[in-house]
Amino acid sequence: MWIYKLIVLLPLIGALLAMPAGRMFSARAAELLTSGLMILVAVFSWTAFFSVTGSQADLTVPLFTWMTSGDFHVAWALKIDSLTAVMLVVVNTVSCLVHIYSIGYMSHDPHRPRFFAYLSLFTFAMLSLVTASNFLQMFFGWEGVGLASYLLIGFWFHKDSANAAAIKAFVVNRVGDFGFVLGIMATFMVFGSIEFDKVFPQVHHFENHTFHFLAWEVPTMTTICLLLFVGAMGKSAQIILHTWLPDAMEGPTPVSALIHAATMVTAGVFMVCRLSYMFEAAPAALAVVTVVGATTAFFAATVGLFQNDIKRVIAYSTCSQLGYMFFAAGVSAYPVAMFHLFTHAFFKALLFLGAGSVIHAMSDEQDMRKMGGIYKMIPMTWAMMLIGTFALTGVGIPGVEIFGAPLGFAGFVSKDGILEMAYAAHSGVGKYAFWMGIAAAVMTSFYSWRLAFMTFHDKPRASADVMSHVHESPAVMTVPLAILALGAVLAGMVFYGGFMGHDLAAFWGASFPEHGATHVVMTEAHHVKETVAVVVWAPFVVMLLGLGIAYYYYIRHPELPPKMGQSRNGLYLFVKNKWYFDELYDFLFVRPAQKLGRFLWKKGDGFTIDGFGPDGVSALVLKITGQVVRLQTGYLYHYAFAMLLGVAALVTYFMFFGGAN
Amino acid sequence: METIKVIDSLHASLDLALPEVIMALGAMALMMYGVFRGEKSFSAVSWGAFGLIVVTGLSVMDLAANDITVRTIGFSGAFVVEPFSIFLKYLILAGSGAAVLMAMDFMKREKLARFEYPVLVVLATLGMMIMVSANDLISLYMGLELQSLALYVLAAFNRDSLRSTESGLKYFVLGAVSSGLLLYGCSLLYGFTGTTNFDALAKVAAGDLSGSAQMGLIFGITFLLAGLAFKISAVPFHMWTPDVYEGSPTPVVAFFAAAPKIAAMGLFIRVTVGLFPVSEGVEQPWQQIVVFVAIASMVLGAFAAIGQTNIKRLMAYSSIGHMGYALVGLSAGTKEGVDGVLLYMLIYLFTVTGVFVCILAMRRKEGMVEHISDLAGMSQNHKIGAFVLSMLFFSLAGIPPLAGFWGKLFVFLPAIQAGYILLVVIGALASVVSAFYYLRIVKIIYFDEPEGAFQPQPMALRLILAVSAIFTLGLTLFLQVPREWTSFAAGSLF
Repeated sequence: MWIYKLIVLLPLIGALLAMPAGRMFSARAAELLTSGLMILVAVFSWTAFFSVTGSQADLTVPLFTWMTSGDFHVAWALKIDSLTAVMLVVVNTVSCLVHIYSIGYMSHDPHRPRFFAYLSLFTFAMLSLVTASNFLQMFFGWEGVGLASYLLIGFWFHKDSANAAAIKAFVVNRVGDFGFVLGIMATFMVFGSIEFDKVFPQVHHFENHTFHFLAWEVPTMTTICLLLFVGAMGKSAQIILHTWLPDAMEGPTPVSALIHAATMVTAGVFMVCRLSYMFEAAPAALAVVTVVGATTAFFAATVGLFQNDIKRVIAYSTCSQLGYMFFAAGVSAYPVAMFHLFTHAFFKALLFLGAGSVIHAMSDEQDMRKMGGIYKMIPMTWAMMLIGTFALTGVGIPGVEIFGAPLGFAGFVSKDGILEMAYAAHSGVGKYAFWMGIAAAVMTSFYSWRLAFMTFHDKPRASADVMSHVHESPAVMTVPLAILALGAVLAGMVFYGGFMGHDLAAFWGASFPEHGATHVVMTEAHHVKETVAVVVWAPFVVMLLGLGIAYYYYIRHPELPPKMGQSRNGLYLFVKNKWYFDELYDFLFVRPAQKLGRFLWKKGDGFTIDGFGPDGVSALVLKITGQVVRLQTGYLYHYAFAMLLGVAALVTYFMFFGGAN
Repeated sequence: METIKVIDSLHASLDLALPEVIMALGAMALMMYGVFRGEKSFSAVSWGAFGLIVVTGLSVMDLAANDITVRTIGFSGAFVVEPFSIFLKYLILAGSGAAVLMAMDFMKREKLARFEYPVLVVLATLGMMIMVSANDLISLYMGLELQSLALYVLAAFNRDSLRSTESGLKYFVLGAVSSGLLLYGCSLLYGFTGTTNFDALAKVAAGDLSGSAQMGLIFGITFLLAGLAFKISAVPFHMWTPDVYEGSPTPVVAFFAAAPKIAAMGLFIRVTVGLFPVSEGVEQPWQQIVVFVAIASMVLGAFAAIGQTNIKRLMAYSSIGHMGYALVGLSAGTKEGVDGVLLYMLIYLFTVTGVFVCILAMRRKEGMVEHISDLAGMSQNHKIGAFVLSMLFFSLAGIPPLAGFWGKLFVFLPAIQAGYILLVVIGALASVVSAFYYLRIVKIIYFDEPEGAFQPQPMALRLILAVSAIFTLGLTLFLQVPREWTSFAAGSLF
């Protein structure tokens, strides 16, 4: 029991003590304190992982009563099951490595204690989210990670673009959170509780339940799940609510690795998996999840094709991979979604931290057009990035099994698994998701290799000055890379059996509904794998295809891409400009909001309220003052006249209205 | 009525007026001393005057200890002593004592150190004490004129300054007009009732009167109140106030601001509530006058002060406004109302004296300054002084928990009980407007670019300021004590 409490609370202690430690001793003290605590927590997490998964354990660790109001009780308790355990290792492993990596990466920053305090605060919030035993606790973590994300994106507060990006992330997430909050309220309305353990067993009573809204009979569960999913879309940057994620790259790179790749953005996926019992009762909502996920996977991959900022490419890649996870969850293959979440955390964190190492080496240059030809200078980073790219693009050998698991890098195992599930769903949306996934896989392969080639190969395009400073990062940065690389290579094969292979049921316990759609689709997928060749070979082929195209354009004919850029092809511009989402939102929301704000400010507040309120009254007062002061002429006879006038007025008043009459 | 005790013998009457007798004899002794010693005697005479005021105060205390709990009338009905007048005498003596102390340093520095100043203050104080003890139109007028004549001279005390002499002259001429109004009122009252004695007057007024006699009484009281309103600088009889405040030497203004107003307010209360008590539900004509004057004073005090740049002129309008608020309490005509007015005057005395100590402190190497802008950034150079002055202004604005808040509360409450809702609403609004200029000074003190530091203050002034500050800040803690005094004092009128 204590181990779970420590896992959640130690990062909080680190967050609280980092600033005082930094002030009293040194920035190094803050770094060592938080990183040390995180190493401890990561070790605990793995211990918990091995003791919980496969043991069918499903325990709740009560901490304290949070609030009580009438029938509304909220306790603060840690829900520990396999799903939580998986998230614990993901969050704490990446967080721990990012903490250590940051010691090197942020070594020139004057505000290191603050940075580490935020990192630990984020970790605490994320852990509150994944250990939540009720909706409100989850929402606390949800908002906590949002806050930490805001603080870390805007960490370099002297950069206007960082501040703008931080606000954008916060505001866009607000939209999603609004849906989430409505979903929580609706859950309480319908189930009378927000405890997971009380809500889930009741779900089947409401499967066909509807409620009356205006003129429609609305299915209850679908409504609740869709509202909750809006929250997930916001946090996990799914299409429509994705615009904040690329901008969030304004934050320091370790932050991007931790928050905007490995952990926080996967909170949406985790939420859908955690609430699988509810989503299972709402097939329509699941279909929406599938379509949104598949569309995002495709859309984000297209945008990733022509980005020039190294971090933005990876950011869109993250967005796209999150889409994969969602459509896996959408076809009820929650274990596979979680599997991809798990493996993705390793290789995406690896890619981001590797990119950070490159940026560090290139004197804070992020534009890939100004890189190239540096693989010999930073061989370690190059090797790590290659491993990350192998994992992301899904390198492996189809059809060959080793100890019952497919032979290949982590991404190969989990992503192919997702595609199999989508195909095996045998539904319209499943097919849509499958083909979207395949299309995205081509593009993923292309932009990943494009990134690798542009960054490391070809001729150097940076200035001589920058090139002369290119250096390999220190061990404190490369060792975390190596550990993540180990995960990127092995995580798929090692954990295949538990997450989605033969030990599936034992591994997950009661995290997901045991019978029903999940069971069906998982069984069917094994069948499909053996009978339908296209499912097995298509991802592999398109991976090679993407690699080939990238090789052709960026190694054989590096002069072609700039020409393409100049051709101003319509489709190219459409993709390059991110499908004009930002422009559309600017037109639809930002500018009308500004106009409305300006109207309310100038006309509403300035003219009406100030005009008739404070300003008007004070102007009136000044006017009266001016006239009153003028009465004081300084002439004696005026004064005497005023006195006599006063007496005369009083006497006259009494003559006509006064008491005697 | 058992609430009245009449003393027949002259000897016993003299006992009753012992403080006044002491003061009168002392004033003459001091004058003699000054005349024989010449100009150098300023300090000695000042300290002598202060000692005299203290001794007089002790003698008032002796009277109070001598079982004076009801109206005690001497000198064949011309002179009255009761807790009400005793309370006011304390306030008057406190104000005068402070005025003497405050002036010493200033007068020497400004080369105005003439022994007449303390003597005149003592004489004016004597007049005020007679005013608040007057129980006859004749003694009323005697006290009033004794006070006024001394004040006319004080206003023009800096006789080499054009502004000071101008203000003295204006005050004198307008004072003469107001005396004329007052005297005319007295003669009307006498003409329609056949008596000058207040007790007799009250009896006649309460009796069955013909219509024309009633009208005559109303006219009489109107003129009488007009004359008194001049003394408390209530609108529209206030016109002299800003000019005199600005022109006269600052210690004189400090004196003007407190003691004479208290005395005149006492008289105001006596000729209204005392002569024409308000019986349940029937409004007395004087109440309408008081309401009118109160509204006019509050509003004008609030609005006109905003336009001022000279702090003494600002305080003039401030005092006009404050007299308006005090009259709100009187308008109710009840014991609680008078109680509130007395408390208000007590608080006003302490606060305004403190403010004038601060104004006296506005002295740079090159001489006195009296523009509001000269206070800029005072908080940087004089932390404590700036804090105290800000608190005093907050108190004047009536912000809780400072003393001024309680003052306003206890004059507004009786007025509401008596049904003068509109009056109170106007009063509250006026105090919002007036809060602006008080707060603006606080803003100037704390947030504007600092001007040069002020010269240090003599000990006596610091002491007075300390008393004022403690009273203003701490009143909330011991509010019950002055409430008991004022309630006891007000009770003796009814």
